[in-house]
Amino acid sequence: MTAPASTPRERTVEVNGLPCRVWEQGQGEPLGYLAGFGGLAQWPPFLAKLAETRRVIAPSVPGFPGALGHNLLDSHLDWLLAVHELLRQAGLEGADLIGVSVGGALAADVAACWPGFVRRLVLIGALGLSDPERPMFDVFTCNAKTLPGVLCANPAAYLAQVKPARGSADIEWQIEQARAFEAAARILWPLGDTRLSKRLSRISAPALILWGEADRVVAPFYAQRFASGIGGKTQVKIVAGAGHQADLDAPDAVAESVLGFVGSGAAAAKPRARIAGTAAAKGRAKRPARAEKPGRRAKPRRPMPRRPAKRKGGRRS
Amino acid sequence: MKLLWFHLMPYTELPDDFREKNNSVWVDIPSRLFDPRRAHRMYNDFMDELEYAAETGFDGVCVNEHHSNGYGLMPSPNLVAATLARRTRHAAICVMGNSLALYNPPTRVAEEFAMLDCISGGRLIAGFPVGTPMDTCFAYGTNPSSLRDRYHEAHDLVIKAWTSPDPFAFNGRFNQQRYVNIWPRPVQQPHPPVWIPGGGSVETWRWCADMNYVYSYLSYYGYKAGAATMRGFWEEIKRLGKEPNPYRAGFLQFVGVAETREEAYRLYKEPAEYFYARCLHVDPRYATPPGYTSEATQRARVQSQVSLVAERSAASAAPTWDDILERGYVIIGSPDEVAEKIKEVATGLHVAHLMLLMQFGSMGKDLAQHNTRLFAERVLPQVTGLFDGEWEDQWWPKPMPEAARAPQPGLTP
Repeated sequence: MTAPASTPRERTVEVNGLPCRVWEQGQGEPLGYLAGFGGLAQWPPFLAKLAETRRVIAPSVPGFPGALGHNLLDSHLDWLLAVHELLRQAGLEGADLIGVSVGGALAADVAACWPGFVRRLVLIGALGLSDPERPMFDVFTCNAKTLPGVLCANPAAYLAQVKPARGSADIEWQIEQARAFEAAARILWPLGDTRLSKRLSRISAPALILWGEADRVVAPFYAQRFASGIGGKTQVKIVAGAGHQADLDAPDAVAESVLGFVGSGAAAAKPRARIAGTAAAKGRAKRPARAEKPGRRAKPRRPMPRRPAKRKGGRRS
Repeated sequence: MKLLWFHLMPYTELPDDFREKNNSVWVDIPSRLFDPRRAHRMYNDFMDELEYAAETGFDGVCVNEHHSNGYGLMPSPNLVAATLARRTRHAAICVMGNSLALYNPPTRVAEEFAMLDCISGGRLIAGFPVGTPMDTCFAYGTNPSSLRDRYHEAHDLVIKAWTSPDPFAFNGRFNQQRYVNIWPRPVQQPHPPVWIPGGGSVETWRWCADMNYVYSYLSYYGYKAGAATMRGFWEEIKRLGKEPNPYRAGFLQFVGVAETREEAYRLYKEPAEYFYARCLHVDPRYATPPGYTSEATQRARVQSQVSLVAERSAASAAPTWDDILERGYVIIGSPDEVAEKIKEVATGLHVAHLMLLMQFGSMGKDLAQHNTRLFAERVLPQVTGLFDGEWEDQWWPKPMPEAARAPQPGLTP
């Protein structure tokens, strides 16, 4: 592990009248993070690494640790509005956003539904798409013994992350973990297909698509699906030796790729023209440009009225 | 008390190495193991058995709903119930039941149950299970996180559809219908008795008590393992200040009767071993989808250990015949021995609706008939009077008077 466990600052925001925990650490440009299965039990080495140069903000989606209200959300529209509201209240409107696994499905959808809301998008083993020939592994049939090895190439990496923060054998902690999986199931059941494919081309934010080479939940094949579907510029990087939740398996390598893409510290304020250190971008024929592609618009949308003026220039055109 | 004859309709010809060669009898059981021509015989035998049980004097016959299941060949129990409505005269027809959340719209259940109640002249018992995770979440793809809310909304809709005198609009979380107006309407008013098959959840007990429904504990693990659950149910009934009427409860029990215990031991060994080894070879991965079990029940389970038996993993070794008997999964014996045991179970669990599985596993029609006849002729008379005069069954169908009913259907001119 690269960084020792550290304690994030904590605050609470309300979504649909229920509390949602927001953790954050570091200074500088905000960088959002939507966690994968199980959510955040503690501040992981990956985020600690990012927080060395960025203000990392990790809001808990309803039902995930520290946040309630998943069972109020019946339709996918309910979910997206809740996540949008959560991100907005967490101060992430117009910020860079990382989404892992189920968090990746939500992050991609927010970027698709509210163009400009997400500045640069990082997807790590994102769910939300489903190919009939290669459906998502049925994570929901896993038990406590099998789950870590399905989610991570190194099961210990997952176990370290979900270890209860306060003492073991805590019934409330077990319930909280079960609730996090229920919330994920509520979003993804049964195939992990949120019909994101219908909206993917609306994503105009530049996107870095990271995939664990040994992802057992959704094969790296899906990285290309995202890359070819997303409307904005994309690049794909396969993370050697990592599993589905690659940020847990390879925190240093993934953090380095992410910072290479979103920039660190002052560099983050203005996206760089080229991303160093990542694999070649997708080799694909772009589909016909759509009206909402920023480069095609005479006047970019200004969907971030509350952001400081300096953010407006943040989007690449 | 009331004795009901329950059929699961198991596929009786799963191969000897089924357990070794296959992952699960449920959800992903290989379809190549199903021979429709053999199933033709099985279905017809099973329906003969149900009709025979009704004819020999059982108070009711039960069918239930399963999907992608090698031991339950009734995705639609209503089809079988419809034939029973025609081919039986007096027995209650207990559909145990329709998994409400799986019907779109759920008024389909209100309609079909009303049809059954009309055809049978008011003999229907309407069972409303939530449904197992295997049936609902895995075989039918229903989201486990919203399954219970869907179930409760569907229940409210069905009851309202049965009881509202006029068409109405229903605007629920999951169902929207501009015109709810079911034709036909049930014979029994305001509606057929409702029985709820459930596990050991406190919420289900409370709900049954509040709604004045029968709670039925349908476990395959018999009266010994079921004792803790039934005790929990009665304690809750007491806490709620309800009358401890034993007709509030139903309980499932396997039974095998013969002239002597030795003969019963010999006769029922193979079908019982078949059931517990092959039919209950269920992959436990399909038993606990996230959200299926409420948080209140998760807490209660950790604290009280209630119903852990019901979650017994199918991955563990199949029980031997002696295990099955010793643990009380199956009751066997001579008619007198079985009668004594039935009395003990009914009084011990304080249950007046006993649902008996008398065809189980690979049991053929001849043995099922033998078992049923011996029970009807020599056990039933000894136990049927239990609870008489003490308690009234408020949850039993109220059929139309005999004179008002259609003549017995006949095929002869």
